Amino acid sequence: MGRKTPLFELHQELGARIVDFGGWDMPVQYSSQIGEHHAVRRASGVFDVSHMCPVDLKGPRVREFLQHLLANDVAKLKRPGKALYSCMLNEAGGVLDDLIVYFMTESWFRLVVNAGTRDSDLVWIRAHSGNFNVEVIERTDLAILAIQGPEARAKTVSLLSASAADAAMALGPFFGREIDGWFVARTGYTGEDGFEVMIPEADAVRTWRELNAAGVASCGLGARDTLRLEAGMNLYGHDMDESTHPFESGLGWTVAMQPADRHFIGRAALENITPSRQLVGLLLEDRGVLRNHQRVVTPAGAGDITSGTFSPTLERSIALARVPAGAVQQVQVDIRGKLLNARVVKPPFVRFGKAMIETGVNA
Amino acid sequence: MSNVPPELQYTKTHEWVRTLADGTVEIGITDHAQQALGDLVFVEVPEGGRTVAVGEPSAVVESVKAASDVYSPIAGEVTLGNPALAAEPEAVNNDPYGKGWLMRLRPTKGAATAELMSAADYLKLLQTEAA
Repeated sequence: MGRKTPLFELHQELGARIVDFGGWDMPVQYSSQIGEHHAVRRASGVFDVSHMCPVDLKGPRVREFLQHLLANDVAKLKRPGKALYSCMLNEAGGVLDDLIVYFMTESWFRLVVNAGTRDSDLVWIRAHSGNFNVEVIERTDLAILAIQGPEARAKTVSLLSASAADAAMALGPFFGREIDGWFVARTGYTGEDGFEVMIPEADAVRTWRELNAAGVASCGLGARDTLRLEAGMNLYGHDMDESTHPFESGLGWTVAMQPADRHFIGRAALENITPSRQLVGLLLEDRGVLRNHQRVVTPAGAGDITSGTFSPTLERSIALARVPAGAVQQVQVDIRGKLLNARVVKPPFVRFGKAMIETGVNA
Repeated sequence: MSNVPPELQYTKTHEWVRTLADGTVEIGITDHAQQALGDLVFVEVPEGGRTVAVGEPSAVVESVKAASDVYSPIAGEVTLGNPALAAEPEAVNNDPYGKGWLMRLRPTKGAATAELMSAADYLKLLQTEAA
């Protein structure tokens, strides 16, 4: 028996198949994983991501603390409500977690961390917060719903009062704010527009039902995974973990090495690393499905698929793979003993419902 | 509840077997199996002429989530893998006992077969697994 979100019983009532995800009993699909995927690309869908954990950090030195704790630089957060994606590294430069940090006020920032790492993250954050007198508050009282898709924002604000709806619609990409007791953020993990809302647990079931009634499809973690992979977004524990550093995980863009005197945890290790591996996107040219842990053969040596799936939007198989550094265009993937051809492509594969890569090959 | 046609035979690993008029057999996966797998996106069937042993992985069905082997319940020589599934793997979801058949084979005379169940016994197995 895993941990359960406030929506667990509703998921069961809606006919979801429940699986373990990072110690949580979560819905993987309701009816059809592909149908749920298309609902988000073409209209709107809602995901329960309450297993992820909001962590509020409070204190006058919280910004200074986060500049030490995170590989990205919260100095980039200038306007209240702005969000930033960052890795949290250990001293060796390994990725402890990837997270979103929101700038609420100068003495209050909010992190949202992954379900599978929330307990170890909290230990790590508390262990490093002491010198900065930062209060660390695990927000177990909040449910998180991700409403995603081209119609997601309009459907979501149809549940709100006129003034709240106006405030929510005025949010720019990667901004969030508190609106009538909800924290509404224009963020997501699908490559579509939409909101992630953090709401009191007691509101979760009613809100989900109202979203369904407004035409928003219930979507499980299965569709969430195919959507994020099409969007070229990493999944912690698959595409990176403590044993890999950001530069070999396609996350170099999230590490702020400037200014040079910002001494964040992991910086010293990263300064001495010349990456020997890289994370790339793959499009399978032959028929089949790329899967995690399949071996990748390149002219420069072997690699591994870190996330592979069938892309419902492209109707082709796609993957993220860790391969030797250097220019590479064609690789082969070992699928049940057969070497199949795959082309190296630059993620994202799909963005705002449109293919971002050329798929015109002889299938 | 999943569909279990009474005229077919079944295996513990959720394949079905239909004996055709010419003595060959048709093999597929059950409605229960296709539901458990979810939307199929790729099916690999054996080529005609291949000889398969009892319990040998002979076909692969892949959903968005995972790849699963299909085991031959009977030893024999494959006469045909379903050619339509390359373009239409979802036929296994939509019509598992009809258009979604995977392979046909000519059983080896006198060869052992996996333990095949009646529809009634297979239904009992499903109820036990669900409990």
